[in-house]
Amino acid sequence: MASTKAKILNLVLKVWRQSGPKSEGKFVEYPAKGISTDASFLEMLDAVNEHIIADGGDPIVFDHDCREGICGSCGFMIDGQAHGPLRSTTVCQLHMRHFNDGDKIVLEPWRAQSFPIIKDLMVDRTALDRVVSSGGYVSVNTGCAQDGNSIPIRKRDADEAFEAATCIGCGACVASCKNASAMLFTGAKVSHLALLPQGQIEREERVLNMVAQMDKEGFGACSNTGACSASCPKDIDLTTIARLNREFVKATVNKHNTDQKLGDG
Amino acid sequence: MVRKLCFLTSTLGMKYLMGASGLIWVGFVMAHMLGNLLLFVSAEAYNVYGHNLTSGNIIYLVEGALIFSLSAHVIQGILLTLKNRKAKGTQYHVQAAGNKKTPWASRTMIFHGTIILFFVIYHLITFKFGTYYSVIINGTEMRDLYRLVVEVFSNPVYVVGYAICLLLLTAHLSHGVASMFQSFGFNNRAHDKKIRMVGLVYAFIVGGGFLIQPIYVYFLN
Ligand code: HEM
Ligand code: SF4
Ligand code: FES
Repeated sequence: MASTKAKILNLVLKVWRQSGPKSEGKFVEYPAKGISTDASFLEMLDAVNEHIIADGGDPIVFDHDCREGICGSCGFMIDGQAHGPLRSTTVCQLHMRHFNDGDKIVLEPWRAQSFPIIKDLMVDRTALDRVVSSGGYVSVNTGCAQDGNSIPIRKRDADEAFEAATCIGCGACVASCKNASAMLFTGAKVSHLALLPQGQIEREERVLNMVAQMDKEGFGACSNTGACSASCPKDIDLTTIARLNREFVKATVNKHNTDQKLGDG
Repeated sequence: MVRKLCFLTSTLGMKYLMGASGLIWVGFVMAHMLGNLLLFVSAEAYNVYGHNLTSGNIIYLVEGALIFSLSAHVIQGILLTLKNRKAKGTQYHVQAAGNKKTPWASRTMIFHGTIILFFVIYHLITFKFGTYYSVIINGTEMRDLYRLVVEVFSNPVYVVGYAICLLLLTAHLSHGVASMFQSFGFNNRAHDKKIRMVGLVYAFIVGGGFLIQPIYVYFLN
């Protein structure tokens, strides 16, 4: 949105620089001069990188793709806040008008044992992909688009399934969590399918497998601090985690009962 | 194919156990607080209540359950904290402030938990295993706990220390109770606010109910 009231900011960035997964990292300060308040945060970083390149340096590496808040590629910590100070926003949709002239901004990569740093602000989030592959799918053929309302779904379920499905897999929930827990992400993936008819067949197997994979990846447990939901660009609700807990217990109990029946037969 | 996963050692299962063991103590602290309010009725009522509580055999069952559940809670609490720190690895240089800050109590459960543990032990040494004063009420010889309570709480250092521990217990409960519902899977969008409110109200009733007792004794004697 072009604004006629754009102002110019001069900032200092304190950025985590790390040349590779195994190397030592450190904070390096860079001036960010003449930044328009209309610029997005990533455009600001592009401008800083131009200067670094012109000076013969190594540009700051950060993940990004769509730059319109839908792909889930971008994300790092800005002053200790995942995706920056604004709620419901990815860092690519954060604009410089939310900062003040003279600010010193600290940029750190997502921190989690399961998200090894690739370079600078870019981390490897394939652990989340493996959680999804372990159960975040349906194997029934659902055919082509159905007539609206041919399969009645309770309005509340449809809404909550849709909201859960808006998770873009950015990893801010893991990053902002003091335990690096992936419960919000996994909860969203489980909820999205558990609430819809297509997801029923694998409902129990799904939650058991996704939780098993989540644990295997080394994500922490949930302490219900709410950091995840506060940082989530898609506002995935904290009660999504309660649903994950519920689905997990139900599936565990049912599996136990079926195993016993099969054992008896 | 369903993968092998042990419920109790999974991150979700560990939190269940945390909540279940916490629940037993959540019930106990409320009962303990309410019972002790007899302090405001009379020395006699207080002592008779204490006497009756410890007279039957059921007390051993209750004590056993309390020791068992607190041990489980403490062990799980330590294991979870270690697991979670390992999962995080590196801490951030800057902590979140403003919009994305989390409640203090929710971040510091292991801290107040540990203080509560030492407090519980010290509390037992002071009272349960403290000086035995004898009194005869209606012809029955029993322990004069009231006298011990008055004696202990006439010491301002003890009263202040006690108050600090109780505030930390309030903090633990203010997050713990609602968190327990969440861990059990007993929460949804429609009830979230109410459950949080219940947790808060519960914490303040228990914390406040305990807190007025030493203060009352200190200022009335
Ligand atoms: C009066 C005694 C206590 C009561 C009533 C109590 C109650 C609770 C409750 C209800 C929870 C929430 C469980 C959940 O989120 O599912 C909790 C969590 C916790 N408690 Fe306690 N607790 C007590 C003593 C202790 C002690 C002695 C410790 C010492 C280690 C402790 C450490 C913790 C920790 C670390 C958690 C958070 C676990 C996590 O989410 O990561 N608590 N407590
Ligand atoms: S739940 Fe939210 S914060 Fe977590 S990965 Fe999905 S969109 Fe990102
Ligand atoms: S770059 Fe796609 S969401 Fe930010």
